Amino acid sequence: MRAPERVTGNARPAGAGGGVEGAAGGQGAGSARPPWAAPVMARSEWLFALALFALVGVLVPLAHVLLPESVGWRPSTYLVTLTGKILCYATVAVALGLIWGYAGILSLGHGLFFALGGYAFGMYLMRQIGRDGSYAQELPDFMVFLDWKTLPWFWQGSDQWWWAMLMVVFVPGLLALVFGWFAFRSRIKGVYLSIVTQALTYAAMLLFFRNETGFGGNNGFTDFKRIFGVPITAPGTRAALLAASALWLLFAFLICRAIIRSKFGRVLEAIRDAETRTMFLGYDPVPYKLAAWVLSALLCAVAGALYVPQVGIINPSEMSPANSIEIAVWVAVGGRGTLVGPIVGAFLVNLAKSFFTQAFPQLWLFFLGTLFIVVTLALPNGVVGLLRRRKEQAR
Amino acid sequence: MSTLHGHVAAPGEANATRDAEGAGGGEAGTMSSGHVARRGEIDVSHSVILYLEEITVAFDGFKALDALSLSIDDGELRAIIGPNGAGKTTMMDVITGKTRPDKGSAFLGQTMDLTRMSEPQIARAGIGRKFQKPSVFEAASVLENLWLACAGERGWFSSLRQRLAPGQRERIDQAMETVGLAPERERLAGTLSHGQKQWLEIGMLLIQDPKLLLLDEPVAGLSDEETERTAQLLRALAGRHSLVVVEHDMHFVEQLQCKVTVLHQGSVLAEGDLASVQNDARVIEVYLGR
Repeated sequence: MRAPERVTGNARPAGAGGGVEGAAGGQGAGSARPPWAAPVMARSEWLFALALFALVGVLVPLAHVLLPESVGWRPSTYLVTLTGKILCYATVAVALGLIWGYAGILSLGHGLFFALGGYAFGMYLMRQIGRDGSYAQELPDFMVFLDWKTLPWFWQGSDQWWWAMLMVVFVPGLLALVFGWFAFRSRIKGVYLSIVTQALTYAAMLLFFRNETGFGGNNGFTDFKRIFGVPITAPGTRAALLAASALWLLFAFLICRAIIRSKFGRVLEAIRDAETRTMFLGYDPVPYKLAAWVLSALLCAVAGALYVPQVGIINPSEMSPANSIEIAVWVAVGGRGTLVGPIVGAFLVNLAKSFFTQAFPQLWLFFLGTLFIVVTLALPNGVVGLLRRRKEQAR
Repeated sequence: MSTLHGHVAAPGEANATRDAEGAGGGEAGTMSSGHVARRGEIDVSHSVILYLEEITVAFDGFKALDALSLSIDDGELRAIIGPNGAGKTTMMDVITGKTRPDKGSAFLGQTMDLTRMSEPQIARAGIGRKFQKPSVFEAASVLENLWLACAGERGWFSSLRQRLAPGQRERIDQAMETVGLAPERERLAGTLSHGQKQWLEIGMLLIQDPKLLLLDEPVAGLSDEETERTAQLLRALAGRHSLVVVEHDMHFVEQLQCKVTVLHQGSVLAEGDLASVQNDARVIEVYLGR
């Protein structure tokens, strides 16, 4: 899945003509906007996004908590969990959209950062079980099962929520920094980088499958009871986690938007389109790529940490290469080179997945494959790209 | 990067302090001949901007450059011609840091050792390179392309907050005028014609005010009229900048009215004005075959 050359016309959203965002109006005739303030979204897209955000991040959790269960349209636990899950996925999609769409780096291993964030927070959730596990001991069940007597050194501190949160950011961030530094410094790019990222997440999956690694082997972590001392399945907890996921998505979107509209974003696009030229203009591409890469990994990691308490399980299959490829599918379906695209894609594909895996479980993978072929052939700029082109033509 | 000779720059900017990083591996600061060599500045006290001495580059035993020695004067316009495989592109690669020579030395001015500097460092030190294929940022407008080329901080962190400064705006406008792209300022570079892209790229180099400009076949694929305009532009730039033009098109070289160096099998075969070079027996043999 090499990143195809983007249709140039799509680089600027079609809605750009509508209003000039940002400071300092252009000077002279024909200067419609200052170069750094290219709008990321049209006004209609903003309204749509805000409405969706209010619905999903505020109304659904509030209704879930406040309405009595007898009310027919009260959002069910299933719906709340599903929505929270998809919001986390959408954040991952935005993170991949930043580096794939704007820096031309197609990572097929972003599931790893997501899973590591999930594991780091999962350790805290395991410790929160306390003596309520099946073996009624201080040690997490899987350690008792393995006949371990003490906590391994890397589990120290995991009973503190602040330590867990620190690790959620630190471990995936450090891995991204080290991996990215070597990869970008060695000028690994394009399909080679994609393959290396696949290998990385696959290797991590094999590592985490081993019981000796100390993260619960193939069962991973599950059977959580509490988070921050409160029951993890209580409606209030679920609603709060959903709202937090929505907030994190909003944060990810806004920070990516700020980056894309800055000169940093211009340089990223320049590196994507003509890396050598960028270098000969005196820019060193490595720190630019690395900064975007690490930020992207961190957005994924926190999304993973929010995901685990909502779905109630984390295991090495989250690191499987197929999972990471699916993230790229969300971005491609929604639209590369846009920021709303990945969110739209994550929602569309995952809602379809929920439907298919219930109605026709055996057909889901066929559907996913077909979807990817259709999008690649017919919608090179994804759903959002198509909508924008339609709008431009209508004008 | 603005230099002491910041001609494209607004006058006030002409003496802007230079990014210390630009000095790279240069030994600026160690002085030899009674004048002060300042760090980050190209020392052209001997009126030579580029020295290549005995440069040898071998790829799997094939010598792309074979003890090539060449020097370019400050402000000179020089055309480099030669048959395919003569080593023209490899020479450019050595100067810009893309290829490391196996032997020999390459100096910018008296002090900066190009063989020990990275590509961005060399670019910041004042060498601009125009590729054979136009290489512009297609998804960005003409204005944005020139803005990215503007002098200024190149770090990722400061780029998050950088804005188009008033001085930069003037320089961009000036560069657009010079290369004749002022009417196209808002167009995406990807939609420009081939010739316009070539000029945009030259404009992007000019805005950095390079001391030395390397141009690899700048008129490949251009119409006669565009070729003539390009030749005019390059002649006008000589003096303020030093220019090295690698070219196949003899008609264009004639229009440049400058000193010509003929490369053959990785070293200099002949040097002089076009007429004398064209009458050189060895050159005729190389070009017309044995």
